[in-house]
Amino acid sequence: MRHDFSVRIGPVGFRIGSDWRAPIAELESLYCDYPKPHDGVPDFTVRLFARRPWRRIIRPSVEIGGDYMLPEAAPLPLRQGLLAAEMAMNLQMALGARRYLLLHASAVERDGRALLMTGVSGAGKSTLATLLAAKGWRFMGDEFALLDPATGLIHAFPRLISLKNEAIAAAELAWPDARMGPLMPATPKGDIRHMVPDTRAIAAMDVPATPALLVFPRYGFQAETRSVPPAEAFVRMTQASTNYVAIGEAGFRALTGLIAAVPSVAIDYPDGASAIEQVEALWSAL
Amino acid sequence: MVRAVSDARLLARALADPASIVGLDADGWTALLTMARAEQLIGTLAMRLDGLQMPDGVQAILADARAAAEHGRRAALWEAEMARRALSAVDCPVILLKGTAFVAAGLSAGQGRSIGDLDILVPRASLDAVEAALLAAGWEWVKPDPYDDVYYRRWMHELPPLIHRERDRMIDVHHTILPLTARITPDAAALIDGSFTLENGLRTLSPNGMLIHAAAHLFADGDLAGGLRNLWDIRCLIEEFGTDGLDMEAKRHGLSREVSRSLRIIDALFAEGTARGTDRLYIRRITARDGWGRPTRPITRLAFYVRSHWLRMPPAMLARHLWTKWRKA
Amino acid sequence: MSGTIFRGPLDGGLLIAPLDEFTAVYHRASGITHLLTEPAPQILAVLGEGASSLDGLLERLGRDYDLDDGTREALAARLEELVEAGLIERA
Repeated sequence: MRHDFSVRIGPVGFRIGSDWRAPIAELESLYCDYPKPHDGVPDFTVRLFARRPWRRIIRPSVEIGGDYMLPEAAPLPLRQGLLAAEMAMNLQMALGARRYLLLHASAVERDGRALLMTGVSGAGKSTLATLLAAKGWRFMGDEFALLDPATGLIHAFPRLISLKNEAIAAAELAWPDARMGPLMPATPKGDIRHMVPDTRAIAAMDVPATPALLVFPRYGFQAETRSVPPAEAFVRMTQASTNYVAIGEAGFRALTGLIAAVPSVAIDYPDGASAIEQVEALWSAL
Repeated sequence: MVRAVSDARLLARALADPASIVGLDADGWTALLTMARAEQLIGTLAMRLDGLQMPDGVQAILADARAAAEHGRRAALWEAEMARRALSAVDCPVILLKGTAFVAAGLSAGQGRSIGDLDILVPRASLDAVEAALLAAGWEWVKPDPYDDVYYRRWMHELPPLIHRERDRMIDVHHTILPLTARITPDAAALIDGSFTLENGLRTLSPNGMLIHAAAHLFADGDLAGGLRNLWDIRCLIEEFGTDGLDMEAKRHGLSREVSRSLRIIDALFAEGTARGTDRLYIRRITARDGWGRPTRPITRLAFYVRSHWLRMPPAMLARHLWTKWRKA
Repeated sequence: MSGTIFRGPLDGGLLIAPLDEFTAVYHRASGITHLLTEPAPQILAVLGEGASSLDGLLERLGRDYDLDDGTREALAARLEELVEAGLIERA
């Protein structure tokens, strides 16, 4: 393909090919401090392409392709090319990751132990991870946490943080010096802006952590904390994992192991500051 | 003069002669793995290259591919088992086809193979009973479209597709191996008669039967998408069982031309043979894949797509079918 | 019908992880994870030692697991669910 770029995020290497220079230029800039794939061979290939040759220039629209593809996926306008690349990489992970149990959770680390936050879109796991990282926790990822079935450890996947709508302002406030991608208004998921994780997160991306606490946050409610029964936590985590079924026995052992070893807590919170307070209280009580 | 291989002949060579991967650089490996994924052959490639010297990163990717194939094999065998349970009260032979048959019988063609839906062959007379038993055991129709349904039942070689309500897996129930509207009419009864029985009571076609089915599927039924994988299946069957009696059986089913073509193309693609005439066109189509996993050679592909419909249906029917589909789209 | 023998996965065919009143069960042959409540895990435990009839199960469950407040009909219904889930079959 005409333009391409390779990058490693945590243990996963990607190569991205594109019919246009612009998305590649953006990726090169934002991922400039990241390493390259192991041995120069990426785990996944992504393609950003024009369906017809003339669509490269006339009303350019970016189709997403790669090792794993969704046939009905709608193309994005070229100005959202960076978003297309990030979505494509997510898709490869969601459909193709095998070595680790993929948890749809954000993760931060302190003293070698990991805090996992999981929930639906809008629950706040991305924002909370960003805010906690600003308070001294090491950022491990905002979208996927990788659970190694062999060791039970959590591995970081610190890709560009995808901030949506109000979360953009909150993150800019917490991280005034952070490098940011372009603001993309009115995408299918609202306003989006990507933030590059801090230097510490990138430098430590290959250092795993022992999971210690599993939190199910819910934004926009009065502050409250409750224990989540094991079966409920287990079911919610299988729903939150795209590859639980695909990895079979290893997934069952890893997830039941996690639920047995780590407390599961649901927190309702009205704002970021309150959430952080609740989390810190839970952490000290461990 | 050695031209750099930039199509799926790179993959064919790696499968046929695993030692040839020695000396591949990072870009070469990347292209090979991407092609293998695109051709649904990465599990097979992983089995073939097992034990050879390669970079750690590649080793890990191929180990994942082997694990994925093993998981797929387990799921496929389970679907077969659930079908067996559902059909145990129906008094007819149930013959596994394609990938599921290969793994159920422990054949080399099944090693590392990616398996899609469950395909079974039953006698035409038992179709209604089989359909009823499957529906009673939790399978449902995929597409409730009356026109498609009529077309399927009258002309196709299989029931309209069924999917299991809970497990979300499809089953295709065939009563012969080619559509009734195709120019060639294999002897389904003979295929069923010659079938082998497995320990659990399910059956597979005889080795020659499997070979002929694969050749029919490849050349007389489809547009050659997935051709490389089908050819590899046939090559594995030949390696394991030889070609004794194959000529005669192929003739009986009217598939001599397709079977001989398969053998010639396998020789050209996976061994030292040289392709001539239209074989070269088939090889062009089958290897139309680049190092980014993209299908290439669009004109060749289009020619084969049109051809595949022409083979399935007499021209007047084809025109009417495409017209109706176009009107409804 | 009363003589029907039920068969389940033998030793090693299942991975069992008790959670709370639910038990997570991984069925190796199918790769499917099931979430079961009493008396399903106990039924599978009994059948794991060997095939049994409905009445045989009723007796074993009462004796070994103290589960005797269920009716014969209720047990038959549970068995039917397990058959549909593919975890047990009629021999």
